[in-house]
Amino acid sequence: MKRSRFTDFVTKEYKHIWRDPRTLLIVIIMPVLQMLIFGYVVSNEIKNADVVIYDQSNDYLTNRLTQKLNASGYFRTRVLARKASDIGSAFRRGDAKIALVYPPNFAQNIKRLGHVNIQIITDASEPNTASILDSYARAVITSFMGEISGLGFSSSINIETQMLYNKEMKAAFMFVPGTMVLILMLITAMMTSISITKEKELGTMEILLVSPLKPSQIIIGKVLPYVALAFFNSLVILLMGYTVFGLPLRGNLALLLGVVFLFIILALSLGILISTLSKTQQVAMFMSMFALMLPTILLSGFIFPIENMPKVLQWLSLIMPPRWFLSALKTIMIKGQGLWYVWKEILILTGMIVVFLTISVKKFNIRLS
Amino acid sequence: MEKISVNSISKSYGNVEALKGVSFNVDGGELFGLIGPDGAGKTTLMRIITTLLLPDSGNAKVCGYDVANEYKKVRTLLGYMPGRFSLYQDLSVEENLNFFAGVFGTTVQENYDLIKNIYYKLEPFKKRRAGKLSGGMKQKLALSCALVHKPEVLVLDEPTTGVDAVSRKEFWDLLKELKMQGITIIVSTAYMDEASLCDRIALIQNGKILGVNTPTGIINAFPYKLFSIECEKPTHALENIRSLSICKNAYLFGNSLHFVSNNEENSPEIIAKTLEESGVKVDSVNEVSPEIEDCFIERMQRQ
Repeated sequence: MKRSRFTDFVTKEYKHIWRDPRTLLIVIIMPVLQMLIFGYVVSNEIKNADVVIYDQSNDYLTNRLTQKLNASGYFRTRVLARKASDIGSAFRRGDAKIALVYPPNFAQNIKRLGHVNIQIITDASEPNTASILDSYARAVITSFMGEISGLGFSSSINIETQMLYNKEMKAAFMFVPGTMVLILMLITAMMTSISITKEKELGTMEILLVSPLKPSQIIIGKVLPYVALAFFNSLVILLMGYTVFGLPLRGNLALLLGVVFLFIILALSLGILISTLSKTQQVAMFMSMFALMLPTILLSGFIFPIENMPKVLQWLSLIMPPRWFLSALKTIMIKGQGLWYVWKEILILTGMIVVFLTISVKKFNIRLS
Repeated sequence: MEKISVNSISKSYGNVEALKGVSFNVDGGELFGLIGPDGAGKTTLMRIITTLLLPDSGNAKVCGYDVANEYKKVRTLLGYMPGRFSLYQDLSVEENLNFFAGVFGTTVQENYDLIKNIYYKLEPFKKRRAGKLSGGMKQKLALSCALVHKPEVLVLDEPTTGVDAVSRKEFWDLLKELKMQGITIIVSTAYMDEASLCDRIALIQNGKILGVNTPTGIINAFPYKLFSIECEKPTHALENIRSLSICKNAYLFGNSLHFVSNNEENSPEIIAKTLEESGVKVDSVNEVSPEIEDCFIERMQRQ
């Protein structure tokens, strides 16, 4: 008897989803669209960026470096500066967003002193672009160092760049996990919180409460279809990332899906928490938007590198669930590491689920108001 | 046997006292009406009985179970139809009914006897989405859903509000039939004319019970002589009439005026004469027996 009561509930929830064109659009079409948009339109990959070269040596090594920059496909020499102030004016005109300054006597110093400094100047009015350009330039210089050491120079151009696993800074590495987080947050957290508050708003919650259903049955019955949908969407995103955008799937697939599932449950518990705190669908939606979506986008490291944030925001990002999910996702998918390297993330995500669910259960009202 | 007992229940929302020490009992198999205007506290009381709200003080029992402490037990015994249409608009008639049967752990077939009189009118539309039904149909569906698990006590919060006159009458006929099947029904309404259809009624105003009795009992307890006056410009005449020494109270009642006499000696002739003297053009004065609304107004003034 209990099982059928429960299946009734889940069936009903499925019908709500299938019969509402808007919901259907959000849960089925949007993930695919968002994936493609992130992939092709808002790609963070920058090609043929204009660069200012201020070459104070103009010897065979610096020429070679400039050539290498141009050949990388990421940069195109726009201005050859004759004096330092040319850089500032090029930036002000908007001709370029990055400049490279080679010191005088470049080849000579490398031979004699064993080290030189290359200065990278970026236009930081667009911090995101600047940091990307910066890392591109660093990548090119690092590889240049490797080349010249092959020519017998004891090279040390003092630039510290660590870009393991993603030497070409492929944007897909960043946006596929990021899109997954967004979609999962949207479908599970937002849609469940809305669908639960909808029952409150329509007054059907009144009848459900008066029925012998336990609160847990009501909640689980309502969220189960969204778990299935979210999981399905994750698979679609992973598949698209793999086939369309050439994202590697290096790690253990079972572990990967396990982590995805864990995050779905986490997003769900957040959605339930929001629904217990809000009385109307609109409130639930705004809470999901401002309390979940924006922090997810801004603070999880999805778009903006956590390392570049002010200390306070870095601390804040520690309590953002997506941060840990993204980290685990990248470790498994891109670095191909096993459970041993993501146990911390898994533990933190599990802990968050326990906390959110406990608060939700405490807050869930067995009565009105 | 008492199916519902309400003992000095009070409930406030902030500074607003919605209920001020309300008490009454509903016997088994009774069709009990809670009659009062909007804002009298009917819905709050219904929600306390259905375990959806906790009273600030006092207690209520349904079939002997306390609505606060034994709410789980109470919830299995109740059928509840909230004031607002509270079914799933995007599910069909049939699906709504099946769902609510499932929620209560039963099937439509199991209790079909109980709802067949209501449901047969809906049957032709069973594939239609609930949101597309007319007001009267929605109300019948909501009643079917509240009944599908064969509750001992049926709680209906203003079921006829916003429903046309024909559907209202049909609805009360259905309630009578359900009563015959032994279900205890408590129904709230702001329509005074529906009071006479109940076995017993409680008049409620400003969170206080003004009286509990059978409709006839309430009417018989009306302590004054009552006259119906037809005159020109009743609204204008009202103030004039109220200031008369023989008048206890006067108010508009439909197209006429109701005149509550403050002594037993008054007759239509005396009243007509006094009115003419004070400058009111009277068409007719008749002594009438009071209706529930008259009793309600009288009791309200007594407070």
